Amino acid sequence: MALIHLSSPHVSKANSTARVMRLVLLATLPAVLALTFFFGWGSLIQIFLACTFALIFEACALYLRQRSLRFFLSDGSALVTALLLALAIPPMAPWWITAVGMFSAIVIAKHLYGGLGQNPFNPAMVAYALLLISFPVEMTQWNAPFVLIGDSWQALPSLSQTLAIIFNSSQALALDAYTGATPLEVLKHKGSLTTEEIWRSSDVLNQGVFAWYGVSAAWLMGGIFLIYRKIMTWHAPLSMLVTLFILASLFYGGDPSNFADPFVHLGVGATMMGAFFIATDPVSGATSNKGKVVFGIGLGILIYVIRTWGNYPDAVAFAVLLMNLSAPFIDQYTQPRSYGHKHSSPTRGGHR
Amino acid sequence: MATDLNKIVKDGLWTNNPALVQLLGLCPLLAVTGTVVNAIGLGIASIVVLIGSNLTVSAFRNQVPESVRLPIFVMIIAAFVTAIELLMQAFTYELYLILGIFIPLIVTNCAIMGRADAFASKNTILDSTVDGLMMGVGFTLVLILLGAMREAIAFGTLFSNMHLIFGDIARNWQITLIEEYRGFLFAALPPGAFVGLGLLIALKNKIDLHIKNRAITAQSLETTSAGSKRVRITG
Repeated sequence: MALIHLSSPHVSKANSTARVMRLVLLATLPAVLALTFFFGWGSLIQIFLACTFALIFEACALYLRQRSLRFFLSDGSALVTALLLALAIPPMAPWWITAVGMFSAIVIAKHLYGGLGQNPFNPAMVAYALLLISFPVEMTQWNAPFVLIGDSWQALPSLSQTLAIIFNSSQALALDAYTGATPLEVLKHKGSLTTEEIWRSSDVLNQGVFAWYGVSAAWLMGGIFLIYRKIMTWHAPLSMLVTLFILASLFYGGDPSNFADPFVHLGVGATMMGAFFIATDPVSGATSNKGKVVFGIGLGILIYVIRTWGNYPDAVAFAVLLMNLSAPFIDQYTQPRSYGHKHSSPTRGGHR
Repeated sequence: MATDLNKIVKDGLWTNNPALVQLLGLCPLLAVTGTVVNAIGLGIASIVVLIGSNLTVSAFRNQVPESVRLPIFVMIIAAFVTAIELLMQAFTYELYLILGIFIPLIVTNCAIMGRADAFASKNTILDSTVDGLMMGVGFTLVLILLGAMREAIAFGTLFSNMHLIFGDIARNWQITLIEEYRGFLFAALPPGAFVGLGLLIALKNKIDLHIKNRAITAQSLETTSAGSKRVRITG
């Protein structure tokens, strides 16, 4: 009987890019389901559109750069970018929003910088920020959750109605019946009302907000799955959420009638999606565990500051882009100590 | 020291283009190139200032003490910029309002200061004047190209509001490329200018590479054809 002798380390299988991307795609499933349940068919159509455009643009860019089409198309990275952008934009945005977004994500933010692994910015967030500043009207028409339109799921537009709104610009008027302000927008434009008053008077806040809580819970589930499968570490998401929570608590505790409470900051907007699916991007984020904590803290602070005092109601995309920009700097000062050396920092006597 | 005028012309327009190669004067380049008319307005102002400052700096180059040359150059440039600002206020008032702070800011345009210090203070009046003109034209061409790109993408038009510079005959020069265009604000904002300039620089490098490759193949063709001749002779 011949036994195969293997020496350590006993790693069963290398984590290929394609496998990681497949698991990330799988982890977005709860959020896809939640968005579809609360806001209708739009998200599914956007995912289909975004994936199609992503593959087309990826194939064109790879062809122009003379890279292997099959190898890079099958790694699924373009699909992850497409899925994240499709879930971030309003579900009933017109089709050309998705097309412009995918062009800027795949061609400009990814391939012009050198392709997968070379992009300094998260492509999905570049595309989102570009769309938000270019098409403010289309990008702020979020659907109202079904609880605000009617009694049940039936109140949402049907599949054919949704398709008509997305592909036919003359149906834009029909869109108004199904859209409304998001909780963060209501809070941003509360005017002279106190937070308690706006909370009591606005349906979006006292009834609709549970839809956003549901979507956030779904993102959280997906994120915990990814951490459990060791696709990413807990450092960046946890430090980002804790920082945001502490900051929001401090201000809310000091002046509850002017600031939103910390659970709103965690539960609405793109907080959970950003924490688990954007801040953990291995390419554009910080590298070491200490660096990831610093990266997350920076994100938390920026999100709170931009949300509270900035012009835009949500801030995750802008915060992520700013922190992407500082990731190399963070990496420089958070190099782990190498074995046998006292200090990690190259300026303090370590060897490079 | 006599410099070849052809080389000065080529330097200004292509090889050492202030916007694409030296990357000087980025502030006005990125800020005001939202439309073609803004680009032309600022470009002409920059050309006039460049010619004037290069000419004057060159004329006084032997009288200016080395240690205080920069303040003196700045004052010369500032004088020309003030003159241009007053002229624009008098003749193209609306454009003057649109360009606003960027006309006085021509003083801080590094391309002008750079040419005064690097070229005009060491060369003859004729060379310096030609250099100023060519650098200015090179800068303006990039401004116009970027302005056209951004105007077309942002608003779907070209040459709108040209009457601000060229008077009433230019009132119907506007070309609408796409009817009922919804507008793409990104191109009109500063980030769009950065992306546009990056693409222009990439295009220039691509053309340079192409020219270089063609020169190499032409050279190798020459040597092989010479070789074949020799073969025929010996044969």
